[in-house]
Amino acid sequence: MRAAVRLAIAAAALLAIYGLQLGVEAGFTEYVQRIILLAGINVILAVGLNLINGTTGQFSIGHAGFMAVGAYGTAFVGVQLAGPVHAALGSGAFSDALIFNLALLAGALFAGIFGLIVGMPSLRLRGDYLAVVTLGFGEIIRILFNNATFLGSATGYSGDDPSGLPAYTNFFWVFAWVAAIVILIHNLTFSQTGRSLTAIREDEIAAEAMATPTTRLKVTAFAISAATAGIAGGLFAHMQAGVRPEDFRFERSIDMVVMIIVGGLGSISGAILGGIFVAVSLELMRDLQQYRLVLYALLLIVIMIVRPQGLLGARELHHLLRRKKPAKATAPSESA
Amino acid sequence: MSLLELRTVDKIFGGLHAVRGVSFQVEKGAIFGLIGPNGAGKTTLFNVITGVYTPEHGQILFDGQNIAGLKPALIAERGVARTFQNIRIFRTMTVAENVMVAGHHLHKASIASAMLRTRAYDRDEQALAKRARELLEVLGLAELADEVAGSLPYGSQRRLEIARGLMLSPQLLLLDEPAAGMNSQEARTLNEQIRFLRDQLGLTVILVEHNMAVVMNVCETIHVVDHGETIAQGTPAEIKVHPKVLAAYLGEEEPGTEASP
Repeated sequence: MRAAVRLAIAAAALLAIYGLQLGVEAGFTEYVQRIILLAGINVILAVGLNLINGTTGQFSIGHAGFMAVGAYGTAFVGVQLAGPVHAALGSGAFSDALIFNLALLAGALFAGIFGLIVGMPSLRLRGDYLAVVTLGFGEIIRILFNNATFLGSATGYSGDDPSGLPAYTNFFWVFAWVAAIVILIHNLTFSQTGRSLTAIREDEIAAEAMATPTTRLKVTAFAISAATAGIAGGLFAHMQAGVRPEDFRFERSIDMVVMIIVGGLGSISGAILGGIFVAVSLELMRDLQQYRLVLYALLLIVIMIVRPQGLLGARELHHLLRRKKPAKATAPSESA
Repeated sequence: MSLLELRTVDKIFGGLHAVRGVSFQVEKGAIFGLIGPNGAGKTTLFNVITGVYTPEHGQILFDGQNIAGLKPALIAERGVARTFQNIRIFRTMTVAENVMVAGHHLHKASIASAMLRTRAYDRDEQALAKRARELLEVLGLAELADEVAGSLPYGSQRRLEIARGLMLSPQLLLLDEPAAGMNSQEARTLNEQIRFLRDQLGLTVILVEHNMAVVMNVCETIHVVDHGETIAQGTPAEIKVHPKVLAAYLGEEEPGTEASP
């Protein structure tokens, strides 16, 4: 019953996304469509990073590395799968969809494994120390790809076909994955696990005294967050002819951090808004090239002064809509 | 058999011998007071028992097994719950959520089933929420269940910490100055609640407290430490007149000296 209802809802949602795709493809230029796809990919990145930076309160600024693992992993597995799948099922939309989604899952798995490898040693650190270590790991991953000859080293990986990677990524797949990831991460955040992660953010010593397996949960959340970045990487890879190490520089990690800080750390709806904001603002600032980092820095400073909790704070849009009562209805008797 | 036994426990911070050779036994079902002047090592003892610190020497037997040096989460899982002197609630979470965090052992559903919201997950979640409400009821916090914990008054925050600790289904509850910041009415209610925990829930309670009205009223045995060492143990009536205790709290009265600085 429950499963049947869910299947029906999922089918309806996918149909709606497909309908939207037809509309978008008919109504917008290629250029605008590309921004919409990038916005969707950003949303996946932001929602995933928010799990670790927002909900759990651990600061990673190296997620571009996991995105890179997902991008290379998806592209590489996709190329390997193409031969056998086409041989078995012929070429067509169905085999392409099968290859793409299997490859995305493989990319997410690789990214998740990298997340575990990076997370296990570094999550013993906190705050700025953790940030520096994740930054370092992010760069190490990029440099590994820069030197991996079987993945094309610095020129990047574009498969065996001279025309490059197949353009699997379209509106439908990006937003189907956006929907799936937002729902999964939302469910995780509002569960016993999510409560425990929030408790770790609020007071790790108290969380431990309440039998919370803090290290295991932090590493798990980090791996899930990395796997999400991997999906985004895979979708990103198949938007273009190839993946290059320079697509995953430090600036991309900063972009992700900007998304969740603008939207409000700890808020999934905030991360969604932030992801869209960055996709659009990056386009608007395209002419400024590397100066956009200066603008971002200024923007972050202004946000920290004017609204340090970000657009939404730690709240969720649908919670705001559900109960209208002001957040601080009960006068807090402020105590030491 | 005693539920908790400390055997010559030492805790040293650099040059500071914070706890020196402390031994005591707490019987099952006791309400045991641990008192001493500021800086005597009471909270350090709590931190040693709950695994925040590893003692340099000595054994801590809980239910017959040595727990010295285990991680805090493992000790909590075995049934030792605590509250904190400087209140450590999860401030941005609601009162009910604070309590539910400690309900790990009731929530067996995996992370995947939480993400997919399976039936097993819903069942565990409902059981957990129900148990949290019951415990909030016991501590008189039921009406505040959906309030943000950080906005509660001081006394309620202290009781919330107790409710959260109870969620572990502990055998032993360590209360670190539960009456601090409470008015006399709240302190009286606290006395009743501590007795209720022992009589109705079968808990063993160890209490660190400066409020003598609470300690003398509710504890059956009191252990006094000063400068990290045991100086006395006995019933409230004995402790009240014990010369070493009076000396530790009020200062040594040396023969032949007048009260001049």
